[in-house]
Amino acid sequence: MSLLTRARPGHTASRPPRASRRAGTGRLAGVLLSPTLIVLGLVVGYPVLAAFRLSFIVSSESIDPQTGFKVTATSYGLDNFEAVFTGDRFLRPWWNTTSFALASVAIEVLIGVAMALVMHQAFRGRALVRAAILVPWAIPTAISGLLWKWIFNSQGVANELLGANVLWSSEGFQAWLSVVIADTWKTAPFVGLLVLAGLQLIPGELYEAAKVDGAPPWYGFWHITLPLVRPALVVAVLFRLLDVLRMFDLPYLLVGPRKHSVETLSMIAFEEMSNLRFGTAAAYATVLFLYIAVVAFSFVKLFGADLIGRGTRSPQ
Amino acid sequence: MSTRTNEATIAGRFRTGFPARRIGILAIVVYCLAPFYWMVVSSLRRPSDQFSNSLLPTTISFENYAAAFDARNGFARALLNSLVVAGATTALTLLVAIFAGYALARLDFRGKTLILTMIIAASMFPPITLVVPMLRLFTDAGWINTYQAMIVPSMSFALPLAVWNLTAFFRQMPAELEKAAQVDGCTAAQAFRKVVIPLAAPGIFTTAILVFICAWNEFLIAASVVNDRQMMTANVIVSLFTGQYKYDQPFGTQMAAGVVVTLPLVAAVLFFQRRIVDGLTAGGLK
Repeated sequence: MSLLTRARPGHTASRPPRASRRAGTGRLAGVLLSPTLIVLGLVVGYPVLAAFRLSFIVSSESIDPQTGFKVTATSYGLDNFEAVFTGDRFLRPWWNTTSFALASVAIEVLIGVAMALVMHQAFRGRALVRAAILVPWAIPTAISGLLWKWIFNSQGVANELLGANVLWSSEGFQAWLSVVIADTWKTAPFVGLLVLAGLQLIPGELYEAAKVDGAPPWYGFWHITLPLVRPALVVAVLFRLLDVLRMFDLPYLLVGPRKHSVETLSMIAFEEMSNLRFGTAAAYATVLFLYIAVVAFSFVKLFGADLIGRGTRSPQ
Repeated sequence: MSTRTNEATIAGRFRTGFPARRIGILAIVVYCLAPFYWMVVSSLRRPSDQFSNSLLPTTISFENYAAAFDARNGFARALLNSLVVAGATTALTLLVAIFAGYALARLDFRGKTLILTMIIAASMFPPITLVVPMLRLFTDAGWINTYQAMIVPSMSFALPLAVWNLTAFFRQMPAELEKAAQVDGCTAAQAFRKVVIPLAAPGIFTTAILVFICAWNEFLIAASVVNDRQMMTANVIVSLFTGQYKYDQPFGTQMAAGVVVTLPLVAAVLFFQRRIVDGLTAGGLK
C-alpha cells in the first residue's frame, strides 16, 4: 500500500509537471485498487496469518485446584507441529498429495498436448470439439466425484467395460488410480485449451520454411512447436500442479474420508478442523501452504513461468 | 480470426479431412462427453434398472428426479442457496474487480508488478489454509450457517480470477475512446462510467460467467461453514443424499441431482463457448 499512497498532495505541487502527472496516476491507481487489495487482505492475507498464529497455539485443559472449575490454559509452542510430524498421519497424506500432483499433471500434459495438436490440425468441427472440451470443466468437481464413484462402483460401468471386478472405491492402488483418472478427465481438456491457444500464436511460415529447407516432418514438432508453445505449457502445468496439491473434493467424495490410499493433506486438515482440533488443523494447513509455496517458487525458478506477462501483454 | 466464418458454417460437419483427424476429433469428443453421458443416462433409468449398464435406458423414467426433489432432501432449497451464494459472490467480486482491472490495464504506476504478483499469488493459496481460521472467526461472530460465511471466503479465489480476466480484457480495448470522451468534456469518472463500462460489457459478462461457474462449483468452504441442511449449497447436499431406495448409495438420485446442478452450466458453456475459451486462455487461471 505504501507504494500507492506515496503521492501526497502537498509534495506534488512543487514537482515538475511530468512527475506530478505520474503522482496523480499513482493516486488514482491507489483509489481504484484499494477495494481489491483490502478484500484480498481480509479474505486471504488475514486468514493465512491467523492460520500461522493458530498453528502455534497450544491449549490444555486442567482443573483449577482453588475453584474446582475446568480452565483452559493457552500458550504458544511447537506442539501442534510436533504432533503433525511425529504422528503416523503425515508421510502418507504428503506422499498421496505429491504423487497425485505428479501423476495427474504428467498424464494431463500428454493428453492435453495431443488434444491441442488434433484441434489445431482439425479445422472442421473445431467448434464442436471446443464445446465438448468445456463440459468436463463445467461440471462441479463435487458432482464429478460422485459421478466417478458411480462409474467405479463394483457393479458399475468401468468394471463392465474392463470385464473385471475391481473394488475401486476400497483402499489401495486402484482407489488412488480412480482419483487420478477422474482428475485427468476433468482437466486434461483444459490443458489442451491453453496449449491450443499457444499453438495458434505460432506463425505458419515457420513450418513452411522448415519444409522448404528439407526438414523431416517430426522436426517441426520438436524444434518449432514445442519451444514456441513452452510458455503456455509452463503456465498450464504450474496452475494444474498447484491445483492438485490442494485437492480436496475429488478424493473426499469419490473414495471417501479416512482412506489412507487417497487421503491428502487438505483432507487431514479438514478432518482435524471438523473435530474442532483447530491447532493441529492449522498446523497441517500451514505445512501444506508452505509446501505449495516452495513447489511454486522452485517451479517458477526452474522453468521461468512468465505469469505477469500473461495478464499485461498486449494482444498479438 | 478468419476461422470465425468457416467455423460457423461447418461446425460439427466432417465432410473432408483425413480419417486420422476425424478419428482424433471423435476420440476427444467421446473422452469428454462419455462420463457426462453416463450421468444423464443413469439419471433417466428406473430405480429398478439402476445397475443395468446398457447404453440406453430400457425405459425412460423420471423417478430419480422426483426422488432428488423429494422434500426430505431439501434439494430445491439447496439450489436456491447455491444461486444466492454464487450470484452474490459474482456481483460483489465484479463490483470490486472492474476498478482494479481498469487500473492495472490502463495506468502506469509504481509497484504494478508487485500488485500483479500479489493478486496472482492470492489465487494459489490452498482453501483449507483460509478456511481453518475463518471457521473459528465465523463461529465467534455467529456467522455459521449464513450466506455471508460462504460468500466472503469465496471471494479469495473469485477476485483474483476476475481481476486477471478484466485486466486482460481492458488491455485489448483501444484507450483512445476514453481519451476522446475526456476531450469532449467528460471527467475521467464520467468517461469511465459512460464510455468504458458499456464498451467493456462483453468482457465483464465473460468474467461474470467464469466467476459464477467457479463459485457454483465451490465445495470445501460450503461444507465447512454450514451444518444446517437449510443453508447447504447444492453440491454439499447432493453428497449427503440418503437412499430413498434400499441401496447403500442413492446413485440414481445423485445422478439426477447432478444433472440438475450441471445442466445450466453446460448450457451456458455451449452457448458462450467462444467467449469462455477467450476468457480462460486470457486469464490462464483455474
